[in-house]
Amino acid sequence: MTVASTLIAFAHISKRFDAGRGQPPVLAVDDVSLDVAPGEFLAIVGASGSGKTTLLRLANRLITPDSGAVIIDGADIAKLDPIALRRSIGTVFQSGGLFPHMSVADNIGITPKLMGWTATDIASRVDELMTLVRLDSAAYRARLPRELSGGQRQRVGVARALAARPRMVLMDEPFGALDPLTRDALGQDYRQLHRDLGLTTVMITHDMAEAVLLADRIAVMRAGRLIAHGTPSELSAVDDAELTILLQTPRRQAERLQQLLPRDPKA
Amino acid sequence: MTVWSDPRWSDALAHLPDYLGHHVRVSLAALALGLIVSLPLAVWARHRPSFRAGLLGFAGIVQTVPGLALLALFYPLLLALAALSAHWLGFGFSAFGFLPAVLALALYSMLPVLRNTITGLQGIDPSLIEAAQAVGMTPRQSLRMIELPLAFPVIMAGIRTAAVWVIGTATLSTPIGQTSLGNYIFAGLQTQNWVFVLFGCAAAAALALIVDQVLAAIETGVRRHHRMHVTGGVIGILLLIAAALAPSLAHGPQRYVVGAKTFTEQYILASLLTQRLQAAGLTATQREGLGSSVIYNALINGDIDLYVDYSGTLWASQLHHSDVKPRAAVLDELKTALARQHVTVLGELGFENAYALVMRRQRAEALGIHSIADLATRAADMSVAGDYEIFSRPEWAAIRQAYNLTFRQQRQMQPDFMYAAVAAGEVDVIAGYTSDGLIAKYDLVVLDDPTHAIPPYDAIVLLAPKRANDSALRDALTPLLGKIDIATMREANLRASGSQSAADVARWLWEKIQSRSAH
Repeated sequence: MTVASTLIAFAHISKRFDAGRGQPPVLAVDDVSLDVAPGEFLAIVGASGSGKTTLLRLANRLITPDSGAVIIDGADIAKLDPIALRRSIGTVFQSGGLFPHMSVADNIGITPKLMGWTATDIASRVDELMTLVRLDSAAYRARLPRELSGGQRQRVGVARALAARPRMVLMDEPFGALDPLTRDALGQDYRQLHRDLGLTTVMITHDMAEAVLLADRIAVMRAGRLIAHGTPSELSAVDDAELTILLQTPRRQAERLQQLLPRDPKA
Repeated sequence: MTVWSDPRWSDALAHLPDYLGHHVRVSLAALALGLIVSLPLAVWARHRPSFRAGLLGFAGIVQTVPGLALLALFYPLLLALAALSAHWLGFGFSAFGFLPAVLALALYSMLPVLRNTITGLQGIDPSLIEAAQAVGMTPRQSLRMIELPLAFPVIMAGIRTAAVWVIGTATLSTPIGQTSLGNYIFAGLQTQNWVFVLFGCAAAAALALIVDQVLAAIETGVRRHHRMHVTGGVIGILLLIAAALAPSLAHGPQRYVVGAKTFTEQYILASLLTQRLQAAGLTATQREGLGSSVIYNALINGDIDLYVDYSGTLWASQLHHSDVKPRAAVLDELKTALARQHVTVLGELGFENAYALVMRRQRAEALGIHSIADLATRAADMSVAGDYEIFSRPEWAAIRQAYNLTFRQQRQMQPDFMYAAVAAGEVDVIAGYTSDGLIAKYDLVVLDDPTHAIPPYDAIVLLAPKRANDSALRDALTPLLGKIDIATMREANLRASGSQSAADVARWLWEKIQSRSAH
């Protein structure tokens, strides 16, 4: 991959955290280098504590690395204004991360408001985004987050991330807490938006099946290290026992489903 | 006669606009000051653990200081500051009444506001603060748009607690010269006017409840985005402020302020002086329930214009004499000494209100006790009760030394209770006052003082430095001088401890003085 086709680059990045009294610090991210191309949908897969969330938080400077650099669009983000950087990147949180005291419309319009858009511009952008994430603007815009279902909340979360027209979206287990049907529908809808809007998406998940279904490329982390990355078929060729088991799970599930749910019930 | 036809209810009601207005003013000012200081401190402290611990520790310690003591401490503190400011900056300020009350109450309001603000801000889900950062908020925007609104209900709960505390504690600001609903309670307690006590408590409780509910309405309104609630609440607060300011605007400035200490006789004499000034066409008002050391300083500073004190009291507490001289010599020396502080002794009223050792007549006769010297032989088996100051006053040391007097037990009591206590045999002896009407009522006897160890306590009218040459004032009060004898004062005091108000007794006293002059 050439430099010109890279939007986000993690270059030899490491991050330690204090583990508390007397404990040695924990190496959450250990010398990770990873490039993301413009328009790419990258999934980062790993168990809890593998360092995937830390990697994501390094990308919009919620935390700073101990060594190495994050390069976005050719610029080291350590030298950028962190506020402007975060406003230019959309972020979707696990179970929404919506502000509970603000209406749906206010949640979606927050970044444009911070950037000083006019009220009318914000209102029309909110309507546009609600249509985009398939929520009825008239019925839902004045509601508070607690009056929505889990899936609706996450649709608002996606709309909020897209409000200021970012090129990049960071997603932290965005569909993890949803029921399977909603999860599938929302995943497919987002995949569509990613393609239609020409977004570059980095999504964290612990679910290999979801990664395979949505992402162009998958990066696998374990104990702070990037152990493999590539398309699903490239990953299949990697000789790593744990990775093989990880990749077998969705396949085994698919085969089992095939047996239990024949496509033609009369067959 | 039903409870409600008692004339003291209408008397209490007549004072309500004045007392309530002052109470609301001092409470709101203290609460506002407390909030202005506490809220930024709490916000600043939330990410600074050691500062936070120190701040909460300090506020917690302040809270453990009894309200009355905190208020009392601010008076000498401000007095010293005022003196420093007058010396270095060329201007002083009044350390009396409003200012010390507001400062002490503001300090008192800090703990609930600090604690709830810090707790409220720390209780916010950290993922929401991270979300605020991630959508591009600066720390200040996150505080204003996310953290403070989410912590708002908890912060408001703290403000409501503070409001209730301040309104309740403000009743204790009466002794440092701040008029409040506490005037009912202090005056009522002194004159055994339970209607006043009850009225003061009920009024303070009602005010606290109303303010609490108004704040609750604002909180609900803000939380549910109901403009109506918020507007209603804010209007409620504004109405309270307007109600608090209205009476003072209507009255205009008061010309003469008559001070009174915290016992029945003082309430009667202050009423008498006020009535005489008003009869002479002067505008006059009373500041009642002032502590005995507060009142003299208030006079020097011109916060009050006149009051009645007792020669022996000033002899010991202002001139710091521990020896005892004859009545006339004490008065002469006192006049000269007070003149150096530009305080005028207008003259004596005619009676003495000295400390006296008092026993039940029956018991004294049975034991053959007629004088303090007789008492000394039996005191080791006896208990004695006195008011809050007597046992720490130099006169007490002088009496003990003169008669070699040692009691088994010393107790401090509200003056009006100790007569009942000695009558009931709960204590054997009390350090009472010679002019007290209860001596006759309970059939008590005043023990002789053969060695004259107890100094003379002539009731004298004192004028503030700025009133030294006020002839209108002198003319209005001169008819009272030398006209009140001890029997008349005792009867007046006895009347006031019944159902009559101090003002009524003062009117009775004036009639008595006039009828005597006519003969």
